Amino acid sequence: MLRFILRRTLQMIPTLLAVVVIIFVIFSVIPGSFISSLMAEGRNATNADVMAHLNAQFGLDKPLPVRLWDYLWNLGHFDLGISYRTREPVWNVIEPRLWPSVKLALAAMCFAAAVGIPLGFLAALKPGSVFDTGTMMVAVSGLSLPEFWFGLLLMYVFALELGLLPSFGYQAGSFRHIILPAIALGVSPMALLARTTRAGVLDVMNADFIRTARAKGLSEPRLVRSHVTRNVLVLILTTLGLQVGSLMGQAIVIEKLFSWPGIGSLLVDSVSARDIPVVQGTVIVIVLWFLVINMLVDIAYAAIDPRIKVS
Amino acid sequence: MLTRLGFIAALALGTASAALAQDATPKDGGKLVFTAAYGNSITSLDITATPHTQDEIVAKAINRSLYKWNPESGKPELDLAESFTKSDDGKTYTYKLREATFHNGDKLDADDVVWSYNRLADPKKALPGAEQMLQIAGVAEFQAGKADHISGVKKIDDRTVEITVVNLADPGWNLMSNYAPIYSKDYPEDQLASKPNGLGPFKLANYVPGSKVELAKFDGYYEKGKPHLDKLDIMLMGEASARDVAFRNGEIDANILGPVQYDAYNQDPALKDHILEVAEVYTRNIGFNPKVKAFQDKRVRQAINYAINKDVIVTKLLKNKAYPAVSWLPISSPAFDKNAKPYAYDPEKAKALLKEAGFETGLKFSVTATSNESWGVPIVEAIIPMLAKVGVEVTTDPVESSVLSDKILSDNFETFIWSNSSGPDPLKYLNCFYSKTSQTACNYVKFSNADFDKLIEQAGNETDPAKQSDLLKQANNLLQEEAPVWFFNYNKAVMAYQPWVHGLKANAMELAIQDYEDIWIDDKAPASRK
Repeated sequence: MLRFILRRTLQMIPTLLAVVVIIFVIFSVIPGSFISSLMAEGRNATNADVMAHLNAQFGLDKPLPVRLWDYLWNLGHFDLGISYRTREPVWNVIEPRLWPSVKLALAAMCFAAAVGIPLGFLAALKPGSVFDTGTMMVAVSGLSLPEFWFGLLLMYVFALELGLLPSFGYQAGSFRHIILPAIALGVSPMALLARTTRAGVLDVMNADFIRTARAKGLSEPRLVRSHVTRNVLVLILTTLGLQVGSLMGQAIVIEKLFSWPGIGSLLVDSVSARDIPVVQGTVIVIVLWFLVINMLVDIAYAAIDPRIKVS
Repeated sequence: MLTRLGFIAALALGTASAALAQDATPKDGGKLVFTAAYGNSITSLDITATPHTQDEIVAKAINRSLYKWNPESGKPELDLAESFTKSDDGKTYTYKLREATFHNGDKLDADDVVWSYNRLADPKKALPGAEQMLQIAGVAEFQAGKADHISGVKKIDDRTVEITVVNLADPGWNLMSNYAPIYSKDYPEDQLASKPNGLGPFKLANYVPGSKVELAKFDGYYEKGKPHLDKLDIMLMGEASARDVAFRNGEIDANILGPVQYDAYNQDPALKDHILEVAEVYTRNIGFNPKVKAFQDKRVRQAINYAINKDVIVTKLLKNKAYPAVSWLPISSPAFDKNAKPYAYDPEKAKALLKEAGFETGLKFSVTATSNESWGVPIVEAIIPMLAKVGVEVTTDPVESSVLSDKILSDNFETFIWSNSSGPDPLKYLNCFYSKTSQTACNYVKFSNADFDKLIEQAGNETDPAKQSDLLKQANNLLQEEAPVWFFNYNKAVMAYQPWVHGLKANAMELAIQDYEDIWIDDKAPASRK
């Protein structure tokens, strides 16, 4: 197990390196710069002297290869650099955004799993029924709903019309504040989970070993519990892992809409300001999150299905 | 048109007055939930390190400067200084500081002023706020590395500071800036970004980056009896639709409105009576780059001003959330000439001017524009058919905001559409068209006109305010005649507020920045605000 974790950790390094280099080069060649972003409001905010000093201070006057080497050297020493915008260490900028992001991603996934998996199961157990058709219609709608629009709809109904929940904002420890953004973010993975679970369950239900079990007189509840569920779990876990992994980066629109202080909105703000060190740091965190979650999923496979070995 | 402008301006002031008229007996206590509407994040709580309005909204509650802007009089007035004397040559000001206390208990003294201004101008720190120091004598030498401090800022005694400036302009216009606050020299500089220590009416209670700034009343604030509020929460809400829901739901107490919401709120009986409007000091324009040969001819620039029906755009697209522009200086500017008339919509005259200039056909150019609904691609799309009618072919060059400024500063554009500061100081902002002002400073269209330069120089050396204002009016009118830009509109900023909120001001500099110490809430406020 330890060897597996070590190997997977080492495998992350080239992935991260590739991402870092690509982002660095892209942001160095596309139009716009941190200096020009200071002028974006048209307020004559900087003069030529300030611009020149800022460029020198952040090493932006050096050639691209030198800047890239400096960045990689510092990264090798676990130094993400200094944010151009806030002039603080990049980690200090990212760290307060991390927990709200993780919390939102997990809450969204809990909603998706709690609703999507049972719906998919129940639909598959009664294929072709009204419930099945209805569930799949909900699933298709969930996948195609624009998050922004759905988020606004939730705000309108649950905050403005019913007055049950706050429409926006973040409060550490508040469950009420996370409900609407979690549902808005979780509706798409919920729909995907429902469809995947239904397909997986139907597939298993038609397998030979299920027919054999039925022939042996196993009751339907026990059949589902002992044979179907266990066999479909790997598929569900894979879908869950991929979704949880990507939710942190996908939450940008929802974070903006609900004023949720996550990594996604930080990334957007940093891109607009061409704050390359924070963009890099944020992307590294998102990629790491994705890789770690998927490694955990791989480990979980072995626990669910003894035929799979992590090694 | 001018009657209409005057009426609109009066209406704006009237709305403000109406809001203020209710403020006869302020009540103490309670909480205001304000919004910072220009994004979902704060760059830094150290306002000297950022040039963004979003950060200024918070900084105004925490810090104080030597002067402050008075939204009612439209002029700077003393804030941390309680009095001053001026030398005979009009360039040396001696300020007597008031007694004031920083949030950490430090007392304000002259060393704090000297230290704060030297820090701001320090070239090694490269702070955007350095812009506000440029009028002080010795700053140029300091920034060029020829001096180790600003020679024009001196401590006379603990309560007295002497500041020498390089011209006769009132230094209050620069030193009132929220970007030029006075900090305590003894406070650790590396904590300013996260744990600010100011002289303002509110101190930091809690900061959730990307979400909100919670502030608490500072009992040691120098104005007795203020602030009225116990707490001030500033929610970072860049999304207009979300703000709309939150405002209607009573979760926030003020909401900055865009054109569509302005229209909707005005038609809603429950909301229309609590709207504050003001003509802000921003001029939306299309700048012509003289490197395009056609734009070197004044007749072509004038023709474009005649060819576009800006009244229709303001009415239909901007839902009247703007004032059609006359020249560069906005309506609220003291040097705005009420007798000047804007370019009329006259396509025939435009055609004649283009023909005279030799561009009857074949004139093509692109407009570099962001997606902004009030001064971006939607506006360019509206002018394309208007200009096509006079034989001018226009295309759009869509970019994001930091690319727009990048293209302008690097002279990589044919024309651009932008919203630029045009006040409150008329001299400072007309100076952007002075030939010696660089393109990277603010002369984006590289305007050069000897008569205009002469007027600006005369105004800069004029000590009589009335005469100076007259010279600036002439310069502004000359600018209109020369048409280095298409004068589009002046922003009408609009804020909706809850009926229990009092003391908001029609701040022409930026409506979203308020004198929080004057705001109070009445008994109608919900329990969450008490």
